[in-house]
This record gives sequence, C-alpha cells and structure tokens, in this order.
Amino acid sequence: MAAAPALTTPSTAAVGSFTPAAFAEHLASVPALWHERKRSAYARFEALPMPTRTDESWRFSTISGIKLDGYVHDQASTRDAKAAKGAFSLAAEPTLTFVNGRLGTRNALRDSVAAAGVVVCTLTEAAERHPELFRQHFMAQPQKLGSAKFAALHEAFIADGAFVYVPRGVQVEEPIVLIHSAEGPGTAVFPHTLVIAEENSKVTIVDHFLSNDEFGHFACGANDLYAGHGAKITYVAAQSWSMESLSMQFNSTVVRRDARVQSLNLHLGAKQARHESLSQLQAPGGFSEMLALTVATGAREFDQRTLQIHQAPNTKSDLLYKNALLDKARTIFSGLIVVDPDAQKTDAYQSNRNLMLSEDAESNSLPGLEIQANDVRCTHGATSAPIDADQAFYLKSRGIPEKAAHELLVFGFFEDVLSRLENEELHSAIRGLIRRRFGK
Amino acid sequence: MSSLEIKNLHVSTGDKEIVKGVTLTINTGEIHAIMGPNGTGKSTMAKAIAGHPDYTITQGDVLIDGKSILEKESDERAREGIFLAFQYPSEIPGVSIANFLRAALQARMAEGEEIDASGYYKRLYQKMDLLKIDRKFTSRSVNEGFSGGEKKRSEILQMAMLEPKFALMDETDSGLDIDALRIVSDGVNSLRGPNLGILLITHYQRLLSYIVPDHVHVMIDGRIVKSGDKSLALELESRGYDWVKQELATA
Ligand SMILES: Nc1ncnc2c1ncn2[C@@H]1O[C@H](COP(=O)(O)OP(=O)(O)O)[C@@H](O)[C@H]1O
Ligand SMILES: [Mg+2]
Repeated sequence: MAAAPALTTPSTAAVGSFTPAAFAEHLASVPALWHERKRSAYARFEALPMPTRTDESWRFSTISGIKLDGYVHDQASTRDAKAAKGAFSLAAEPTLTFVNGRLGTRNALRDSVAAAGVVVCTLTEAAERHPELFRQHFMAQPQKLGSAKFAALHEAFIADGAFVYVPRGVQVEEPIVLIHSAEGPGTAVFPHTLVIAEENSKVTIVDHFLSNDEFGHFACGANDLYAGHGAKITYVAAQSWSMESLSMQFNSTVVRRDARVQSLNLHLGAKQARHESLSQLQAPGGFSEMLALTVATGAREFDQRTLQIHQAPNTKSDLLYKNALLDKARTIFSGLIVVDPDAQKTDAYQSNRNLMLSEDAESNSLPGLEIQANDVRCTHGATSAPIDADQAFYLKSRGIPEKAAHELLVFGFFEDVLSRLENEELHSAIRGLIRRRFGK
Repeated sequence: MSSLEIKNLHVSTGDKEIVKGVTLTINTGEIHAIMGPNGTGKSTMAKAIAGHPDYTITQGDVLIDGKSILEKESDERAREGIFLAFQYPSEIPGVSIANFLRAALQARMAEGEEIDASGYYKRLYQKMDLLKIDRKFTSRSVNEGFSGGEKKRSEILQMAMLEPKFALMDETDSGLDIDALRIVSDGVNSLRGPNLGILLITHYQRLLSYIVPDHVHVMIDGRIVKSGDKSLALELESRGYDWVKQELATA
C-alpha cells in the first residue's frame, strides 16, 4: 500500500526513536492481521509534522516536552505482572493486566458474566475472533483535536490492548478493571481499550495506567467507547504513570440513541500529559457526561483538549473538568462544543474549574462554542481561584496542619465530580488513589 | 490547672489598631464573659488569639501555662488547646463533617497512629445526640446550607469532639431562637468542668442566664473598661453600654 503523501520531509525529529527500522522490527513481532493497518498508520505518522507553537490545537502547550526520541519499544517485561503496585483497592481483581503493552495476567470473568456473553479479551484475540466488530470500532473515529500524528504512532506501534464487549441487554454490575503498566528506562507503551456496549447493556470499566518503577516512560494510549442504543457505560481512566513520564491519551466516545456514557479521567501522574477527548452524540436522547480531575504538582503540565459534537437533536453533554494546581504546575483546558445545524434541543454544558494552591501555578482555559442550530441550550465557563483563606483558617483553627487542610479542600473541590459516580466502591477507591498521590 | 494569659494585647489589621491593650487571665474551670457593643474588637481579639493571618499582634503576648503561643501557627495553637467557636463559621463544600472532624482528631495523634473508626463514630454520635443534631449531618458538607442555629450547634459539636483547654466562643448565641439557645447552652454547660476555660463573647446578657459566668468584662473600643461578677451583666442589661461610656468619660 502506498504511503500517504508526505506533508513534510520525514526527519529524525519527526519520527524520533520510531524509525522505519524500529517499525519493521515491531511489525515482525505482531500477528499478520495487524500488518496492513499498521503500515498505513506508520505512513501517516511519518508524513504528519510535529505540532508547532502556532497550531491552535497546541496553544499554550510546552511543545519542547513532546519528544519522540530516547525511547525503546516492545520492551520485554522482567517481572511478575502481579507485582503491579498502586492498583485500585477494588474487590474485583483486574481482568487483564498488561505490562509494556503485552498481556501479563488474566483473571476469568465471573461465571454469570461470561455466560451472558460478555467478552473481555486482548485486541489481538478480538481482531481474530470478532473481526467485524473490531474493524467497525477500533480507532474508527476521526482525530480532531490535534494529535493525528500521535494517534497514528499509537496505531503503528500498539502491541496489544483490551477489548470489552457487552451483548444486548446484559448488565454487568461489578466494575471490569484493566491495568496497563510500563517498566524499564525509556519504555514506550501504546495502551488501548476498546469498549462496545450493545443495546440496553450496562457496564463499568476502569482503566488504570501505572508505572512499575520510577523511570520515565512514554505512554501513547487511546480508548474507543461505543454505547449502542440505550446502553450505559461508565468509564474511569486513572493515569498514574511515573512522575518522569510523558503521557498522551486519546479518547473517542460514540453515543447512540438514548445511550449514556459517563467518563472520568483522573490525572495524577506523568511529567507532561496531554489528553484529548471527543464525544460524538449521534442520535436523539444520547448523553455524554465528561468528567476529569487533575492533581498537578511540581512543574508538571496537564493539557486537556475536548470536543463535544452534537450531531442529532435532543442530545445532551455535560463536561466538568477540575484541576487542583500546586507548586509551579501548569494546566491547559481547551474545550469546544459543536452543535450541527439539525441538532435542535441540544443541551450542552462545559465547565473548567481550577483551584490554585500556589501563586506560581498557572491555569489556561480556552472554552469555545460553535453553534449552528437555533433552539439549543449551551453554557460554558471557566474559573480559576485560590484557596479560600477563611476556609483554610477554619480548618487550621481545628488543629489541621496546612498541608492536610489543603488536601481536604482539594477533596472538597473534587467532591461534586466524585459524587457523580454511582458506584460507592469506585468512589472510595478513587479517593484512595488521590490520597496516595498526596503521599499518605 | 492551666491558664490562658492575655497580656497587654494590641491587635491591628492594616494600619488600623483594633484591640488596644487587653489584659486578662482565664484559668481552666472558669467562664469569663466579654460583653461590648458591635465593632468594639471582640471578634478581632478572639481571631488574633487563634492565629488568624489577617490580624497582626503589634504588642503584648498570649501565653498558655506561661509559654507564649504567638510564634505558633494557628493549627499548632489549636493542638495546644485553643478552640475558637466562630461568630461566622465558614462553609466548606464537599468536605463532610465526619471527614473534617476525623482529620482534626487525626492531627492530634502521634505519627503513625490511626484513629479507631468505630470508637470515633460512637463518640461522634453520642455528642450529636446530646446536641440534638441529626446523625445524617455527618455526611453533610461542613456548614454548607446550614441554618444559623445549625452552624452554632456544629461549632459546639466540634468543641465537644476536640476537647480544648480554652474555648473562645464568639457570639454563640446570635441567631438562635429560644429552643436552640437552650440546646446550645445545655451543650456548653455539659462541657463545663475543671479542664475547660471559656471566654464567652456576647453582647446580650440573655445567654448569661443560661451559661452563668464567673467573671464579666466590658470591652469598649478595644479595651476592657470594667470587670465584675455576673451581676455586672444584669446591670449592663438594664443600664446599657452608654452608662459605662459615661462613667469612662467622667473618670
Ligand atoms: N479583617 C478586617 N479588616 C478590616 N477591618 C476589620 C477587620 N476585622 C475587623 N475589622 C474592624 O475592626 C473593628 C472591630 O471589629 P470586630 O472585632 O468584628 O468587632 P466586634 O466583634 O466587637 O463586633 C470593626 O470596625 C471592623 O470593621
Ligand atoms: Mg464580633
């Protein structure tokens, strides 16, 4: 297959460690059924330029931190995958645990869940056993938020990933937990989770991204969520890569008629992290609730770009991204609501709130609306405020030291997002992860 | 016995001096009432003692058992036994009363020690019952959406849980109807004892017929201008603050 026409001359800067030779080596390590799409992805990756300061979709980002060299791909793991630490304190064992992109351990689903036809397997297995579903949903949505190059890199170098399929009418109560871990110096990983929830099904998925050591990793991950007619997906992506890592994640959510997707991105790790999230509301009654919580410390940068596209009438989206900024951390939020001409009665909401715990921290918000229908309700807003001095004094006057007081106030700030999770166990597990992030 | 000594205390905010040399010693087991018209510096004094960052102590000292606490942060002062029941308690959205009090108690424990959760809840519920606070309040955010009376009861609940040596109670009676006043007073009276000293700030004598003080002080324009026993409160009630002011002017 011919490569897409090159927009710029490929240079080492544009491919970094991911050279044609590296790609050939990677290709040899994955089953042939991946080859064709990987070749075409690699051609796109090679052809697309690196982002620049002047790209609107990279405004405020620290481009110099987005480096592609110094990484190794397809690193074999040297340890027992069960050693993956820092995992969620949920009763359910992780169903799949990936280490450096390959399946480490697998725990069987509950008998009743498996008997209902729920499938949780690797993407490689899915491509073999469910080729039609795989082709329809795996990275099938457009990359509209600026990272087409990195999404192509993801597709070119992905070793494996998770596939979740919930058949029509099946409700899975217990969360399905998937762990994606990285280890070893300079390891690049390309985690992926594909969730297909058929008509009137219900499922909760927890993706936990973590490093098994303190080395800097490059994580370039993606997830595809597809909620069929009346389906209900709750999706939690908890990012706790090592503090030296570079993280990129691309989410695509497709919401069909009367379906509801609730996603929560928890950003705790990495030195620099970019997260792009696209929700497409394709049929009436669809609802996407997009939530995110970030704890930004040190000189870390968290860059979140979102797009809520209302393609059908009577659809709803509700975005609430909350960042707690400490030290010299930076956050960027850029969100756009697009309402197509015939998407009347759209109800879209977008809010970015920043709690500034330090005067040296910096938050940037770029909210936007693009409305082509006339009978809609769209609201957006962004706020940035320091800790309320009276609240902080109130807590301290009860003997709570400043650091603990700030932590309580951060939890208080996060609570209206956390309380939207229906599952109590999940709620407290996430609180636990955040608490651990504060060093307890 | 412990003592809280306030020595020639001067407090400013910005360049404005508000408290202008207050001297007062409170021993555990005693209740002192400070009465005075609005704007006289009562809250400022209480907040400055608790370590509020808006106020600067320009002169004088505050000591617990002979040791100055002024170098200490507000949280350390609290752990040394100071408790301020706020005139206007802050609302803290998203932080439940249970988590808040737990953090406050945790802060009083030695490194590595953990609160026993079941014992904690048992004690909390017992104090709540005493103050006629619905147990559901434990999961509500601190003071958020509370009525005036609920806020004041929540302050007393905190005081009961934290067991301070010295409580500075700022207008704990304001905004309370007669029933709430009785509940709050009963609560305070039940905490009364040899291990607690109370500074009761109020501008109505009404509260003092429920919580009977050992000493009454009148504060006007940042100074204590008159001290006496509980009968002084009654005299103030009938004669008003103007009487004290006139007495001052002629003196
Ligand atoms: N943070 C502050 N900034 C400026 N002025 C203040 C501040 N706090 C109190 N004041 C002023 O100090 C004076 C005394 O206030 P306050 O201590 O609240 O009196 P009281 O409690 O006796 O009614 C008032 O004039 C008030 O406006
Ligand atoms: Mg006052």
